[in-house]
Amino acid sequence: MDTERTKPLPGDFAIWIFIFAELMVFGVLFIAYAVTRSLHREEFAYYQQFLDRETGALNTLLLITSSYFVVKAVLAIKQDKVQQCVNGLGLALLCGCGFLVAKTLEFSDKFSAGIRLSTNTFYMFYLSLTFFHFMHVILGMVILAAILFKARAGAYNHREHTGVETGASYWHMVDLVWIILFPLVYIIR
Amino acid sequence: MKYQSQLVAKNYFIAAILLFTGQILFGLIMGLQYVVGDFLFPEIPFNVARMVHTNLLIVWLLFAFMGAAYFLVPEESERELYAPWLATLMFWIFLIAGALTVIGYLLFTYSDLAALTRNELFPTMGREFLEQPTITKIGIVIVALAFIFNIGMTVLTGRKTVISLVLLTGLVGLAVFFLFSFYNPDNLVLDKYYWWWVVHLWVEGVWELILGSILAFVLIKVTGVDREVIEKWLYIIIAMTLITGIIGTGHHYFWIGTPDYWQWLGSVFSAMEPIPFFMMTLFAFNMVNKRRREHPNKAAVLWALGTAVMAFLGAGVWGFLHTLAPVNFYTHGTQITAAHGHMAFYGAYVMISLTIISYAMPIMRGRTANGEKAQVLEMWSFWLMTIAMVFITLFLTAAGILQVYLQRFTEDPVPFMVAQQKIEIFYWLREFTGLVFLIGLVLYIYSFFVKEENVAA
Repeated sequence: MDTERTKPLPGDFAIWIFIFAELMVFGVLFIAYAVTRSLHREEFAYYQQFLDRETGALNTLLLITSSYFVVKAVLAIKQDKVQQCVNGLGLALLCGCGFLVAKTLEFSDKFSAGIRLSTNTFYMFYLSLTFFHFMHVILGMVILAAILFKARAGAYNHREHTGVETGASYWHMVDLVWIILFPLVYIIR
Repeated sequence: MKYQSQLVAKNYFIAAILLFTGQILFGLIMGLQYVVGDFLFPEIPFNVARMVHTNLLIVWLLFAFMGAAYFLVPEESERELYAPWLATLMFWIFLIAGALTVIGYLLFTYSDLAALTRNELFPTMGREFLEQPTITKIGIVIVALAFIFNIGMTVLTGRKTVISLVLLTGLVGLAVFFLFSFYNPDNLVLDKYYWWWVVHLWVEGVWELILGSILAFVLIKVTGVDREVIEKWLYIIIAMTLITGIIGTGHHYFWIGTPDYWQWLGSVFSAMEPIPFFMMTLFAFNMVNKRRREHPNKAAVLWALGTAVMAFLGAGVWGFLHTLAPVNFYTHGTQITAAHGHMAFYGAYVMISLTIISYAMPIMRGRTANGEKAQVLEMWSFWLMTIAMVFITLFLTAAGILQVYLQRFTEDPVPFMVAQQKIEIFYWLREFTGLVFLIGLVLYIYSFFVKEENVAA
């Protein structure tokens, strides 16, 4: 749990334990999805075609872009460019907001079509996987926002910026999970 | 002791230990009734012994949590308790109400107690763990509100630390979820559904926050590791607790008439509930290995490490054992559940209570730690109780596996009572181990009365 600079993982070691635990939860969910899909191939293929792939693609783009801005923020703080770091985090948060808006519209569309957790197994997985990820986007944004405020208050510089790396690592995980979730649930036929 | 008002915790801890002793005695009575069915009948029938055993557990843990909060919050907040007199007043109200309730259980048949306390005006009785008469439940809410007000005002007007805020969140959650004990719909599915909001969201949700913050507090004190490091761990542990534990409630919704999707959500999320407990184990051992001082209270360190290990085994491993829906289909409500319940409650909540009592009691009695003789006795009690609990769990697990096989899995299943007869040997073994547990508890209590010279002040 030390914060020396000679460590293999960026950011605080504690966040990596958290990331590992989170990936385990998502991993189990993905495996459960895959196994169930292999047992109900036709049902899954049929209902999958009603998912909103365009919004999904837009959201993928938004999250990857946000990760780019987060990387920019980390690089900036390593050169003591506090304002650039704050800007990067702000833009990443903006992308995150875009994701939440698009996803909310997608959810409301599904809900108004009468789709619920109990509709069928496919929609149960679709709703719970995407909603669980949705909550993680919110948590990731809370972490990024906390770092943004600390950065603006001058808490980080080229020597001490573990916090920025820590938040960035978590955000990349949120992004990575979506990059797996999107093809898995929306695209793979 | 840094603040005079921390002393209000002392009564709470003493009451907790006394009620704990009562709980164990009723556990032994009940354990014997498993094999000698009419033992103490009709004075104390099985259902009453069970009710007293479980209710005493909950009440004494609440006493211990309140004591812990009154002890650690002033120190964390760096100020005296907002209203020490209120804490003392609430102690007596809670103790008298609790005692009256238990006496009510023992003196009246349950239906008479319900009539006597006018349950028909606002029916909340008759549900497992929530058997208390409505008037007692209202009393619990009043005590909890006064307690949270007192703790909340101390936290909010003093230094705010992660530990005190996590503790406060846990305590508020405890109070809020208890309110669901007043919701008693006619629909049995809905009734059970919300019943778990008290039972599950307490022990697999907000109580874990209380556990985490008490453990973190004791570890800061006994290891001298930077607060920053300890708080970081606390953050990730509680985050993981909530991520897995809230939806994990679904593992109680498999067979009660709730929609099918709970079998998926409940299985997956509750299967992850061991993670925060595992983190707690890593956390405790890491901090103790990195200690910057040798705290003279070795017994408290032992309890803290024991909590981390036993909570993981009891709540984590034994919980996982029967949490997946296809497994639970067979094991639901068997002795497997009892095995898990015993080790989880002991490992997580009994042991954290004994940890803070072990740490705080010597301080409140004017010394950093007890003398060597008392500590050695306390460590003996630790091992006796813990090993006894491990064996109680193992015997119940064996009984449970056999029960599942005989009653539910084999080609020609036998009726419940026939299966019970065939697993009798394990109930006897459990009862003897229970006596060892009692010896451990007696030693524990005795360790408070050891007179010694040369004790560091």
